[in-house]
Amino acid sequence: MTQLAIHIGDKSYINPADNSSKQVIKDLRLTLAKNEFVCLVGPSGCGKTTLLNILANLDTQYTGTIELQPIHKQPKVGYVFQNPRLLPWRTVRENIQLAAGAKPETLDFLLQSMGLADEKNSYPEHLSLGMNRRVSIIRAFATDPDLLLMDEPFVSLDPPTARLVRQLLIDLWTKRPHKVLFVTHDLREAITLADRLIFLSTSPMSVLAEVPVTIPRKDRLQEVEIEQFRQQLFIDYPQIAELL
Amino acid sequence: MSLFHRPSVLALLSISLFLALWYGLAIYLNTNTLPTPLVVAHVLIDEIKSGQLPYHLSKTLYRLLISFSIAMLLGCAIGIALGRHKQLDYFFDNWLVIFLNIPALVTIILCYVWFGLVESAAILAVVINKLPNVIVTVREGTRSLDSELLDMAKCYRFSKSKTLRHVIWPQLHPFVMAATRSGLALIWKIVLVVEMLGRSNGMGYQLHLFFQLFDVASILAYTIAFVTLIQGIELLILKPLDKKALRWRR
Repeated sequence: MTQLAIHIGDKSYINPADNSSKQVIKDLRLTLAKNEFVCLVGPSGCGKTTLLNILANLDTQYTGTIELQPIHKQPKVGYVFQNPRLLPWRTVRENIQLAAGAKPETLDFLLQSMGLADEKNSYPEHLSLGMNRRVSIIRAFATDPDLLLMDEPFVSLDPPTARLVRQLLIDLWTKRPHKVLFVTHDLREAITLADRLIFLSTSPMSVLAEVPVTIPRKDRLQEVEIEQFRQQLFIDYPQIAELL
Repeated sequence: MSLFHRPSVLALLSISLFLALWYGLAIYLNTNTLPTPLVVAHVLIDEIKSGQLPYHLSKTLYRLLISFSIAMLLGCAIGIALGRHKQLDYFFDNWLVIFLNIPALVTIILCYVWFGLVESAAILAVVINKLPNVIVTVREGTRSLDSELLDMAKCYRFSKSKTLRHVIWPQLHPFVMAATRSGLALIWKIVLVVEMLGRSNGMGYQLHLFFQLFDVASILAYTIAFVTLIQGIELLILKPLDKKALRWRR
């Protein structure tokens, strides 16, 4: 069974003004099992986006290794960015096809399950932000990646829309499971979505605690369960309280 | 909407007024140097019938198209390269400033002196005059490319040609259109000078001939033909291109 092993030894930014360097990530180790949904929880500005950019091969100035084991391969990544980052001059369908080159039936299935079947020939600027977010999620799934990265994809959505898209995401992931790294600073959201929570400290970023979420997925629609788990977390891991 | 608010009616009215003013002025002055629109129209029809005007106009149009295409292609390529690579840009920036500021007439004369009074020298002169403008405009466009979308393309492993076609080109489109419009306006003025100085056909050559004969009616007739042609290019080619490229906008 392939798993993904991530080790970032050091990631520093050099300030060109005074040549000083600031360490953002230090000795961070993560592993993801097959089809595991992991939420990275940490305060904003702690370097989570930097980590995702490294994993997506957009940032290569670091020391460390990222590989699928046991085949020692660089993972193919699907990235749901904080902004949808769709090409406004291409239709929904073209946006997905350009990135993924998926089969038409796969594409239709994905659009259907995200409730966008009627919008496949629309241009992104004619759709709402929530819909654009869904398109960018479809785009990531359609590439059939080894690793799915999601960088707070539900911020700035109103709560009902966020809940809807979150539910659609989980439904889709249940049908087409992948390894997911989902970044958020919303603990309730993390508990609702994840198999495992990973708490990250502020810079230099490293792993503070790892907590499996024990609530069965079918019970997670109930706010009470989530809230209970959250309260228990603060009791069991007092160090995370100051992060959030 | 009342009749007088329609753009087409307004355009028609303004042209009629222009013709009326011209006619009135010509009648009032009653000189050979300002013929009435009717006289000019007669000359225009005669010139078209004799084949003279289509011949010279097509020569000019041919030079215009060739030099315009070369200038746009080269300009886009160099502009993108300079916009993407800082070091190249620093290195060649001075060259650009020099070429931007050489007067058109100087380039034309030098091209004729160095390469002889030949077709390629004429086209080269026009290209050199136009090229720096295209480069500067496209470079500006390239600098303002959205890095988030470029990252997206990289993350999803877009090939170079895919990135160029689907990510970079649509963002450059408005800049290229701006370069095209200003380019056409600039090039057709320069082409005439080039033809006047060293070619034995084309609009510029003809205008020079009419100038020596003080034949204002013919000069005006050729001008009208030329303006109509350029407007035709704008309406039939550039406007539809604009419209097609912008249909994704809100």
